[in-house]
Amino acid sequence: MGDTATVVKVGIADLNIVSVPDKIRTSGLGSCIGVVIYDLSNQMAGLAHVMLPDSAMAKQDNLNKYKYADTAIDILVDKLIVAGAEKFALKAKMAGGAQMFQFTSGNDFMRIGPRNAAAVEKRLKFHRIRLIAKDIGGNSGRTIEFDPETGKLHIRTISEGERVI
Amino acid sequence: MEEKNPFSLVQIDVLKEIGNIGAGNAATSMSRLINKKVDMQVPSVKIITFDEVMELVGGAETPVAAVMINIEGEAPGKVYFILTIEEAKSLITSITGQQDVDLLNNTEQDDLVVSAVKETGNILTGSYITALSDFTGLLLKPSVPYLSVDMAGAVLSAGLIDVSTVTDYAIIIDTQINEGETENGIKGNFLFLPDPDSCARLFHSLGIQNDG
Repeated sequence: MGDTATVVKVGIADLNIVSVPDKIRTSGLGSCIGVVIYDLSNQMAGLAHVMLPDSAMAKQDNLNKYKYADTAIDILVDKLIVAGAEKFALKAKMAGGAQMFQFTSGNDFMRIGPRNAAAVEKRLKFHRIRLIAKDIGGNSGRTIEFDPETGKLHIRTISEGERVI
Repeated sequence: MEEKNPFSLVQIDVLKEIGNIGAGNAATSMSRLINKKVDMQVPSVKIITFDEVMELVGGAETPVAAVMINIEGEAPGKVYFILTIEEAKSLITSITGQQDVDLLNNTEQDDLVVSAVKETGNILTGSYITALSDFTGLLLKPSVPYLSVDMAGAVLSAGLIDVSTVTDYAIIIDTQINEGETENGIKGNFLFLPDPDSCARLFHSLGIQNDG
């Protein structure tokens, strides 16, 4: 842990990129997905806090592109490449997609977690970015923090403690 | 980005009155339940970003106990009753008499604790919605109560999914109720999140023009 390192925080439906020694973090992921795309050789990483699977489901005119899996991943990849990452070196990890309330009957929004996860995987595949590890589903909220130096994603939950993928 | 505050002053007052009537009725139910005096604060109406929603209850990572009810019918939306973990514990103690409740690691939790919180949430949110329905004359169909004890961000974002397909702002009518007699008595927040289209119906039902 460097003393001068900053932890960049990413809010809901937001994204950002960092390079060593900084880390990047997002808190309180429920059905949302935190997707990290990183280039270990250039020691940089981007994180998007995705809320919905597909920008095609938007019912608004000026849609927030950071909110949807497909558009957020496109922007994240662009930002990383502009900042000096190599496209062929990009890898990904993701966490989230939980179901916070145990619904018995379902309208669509209740199953949004798995749909978010599937949409992220699909868009990563489209960009030919390998998904190295994931921690998806369950019914616990997650806070995640990624270190672009080690490539490790720390995942904290309230009831199950911390794990690293 | 769309207009941040789409409401006129009159409309804001109407939304506050909705909070007043709903939470007032819920405070009465709570008072009967714990057999103590329960006060309520003046409701506030907020049109805020999703990140700001998390800040309302202390930030995305803060653990909370939340009972959520999904409203269907003529004015769909969500109603949350939110307690901090400490408040939820003292509520459980005052209802069941059980001390040292461990809410956060309740994988093998005895059912009594879970159902005490759920049932309290059910009674209170139920009173809230009944009062709202009587006041507006709208048909509101509440779901069964759902309980989650977890990070505020994770719990609240579940209720924002419907809204988020339409806008990046949530309309929140926030009313706090608290046990009147002591400083550190139980406090709870009611958050009513009407779906964007529902506000127009709420205004219409009360004879207020949609354009203010």
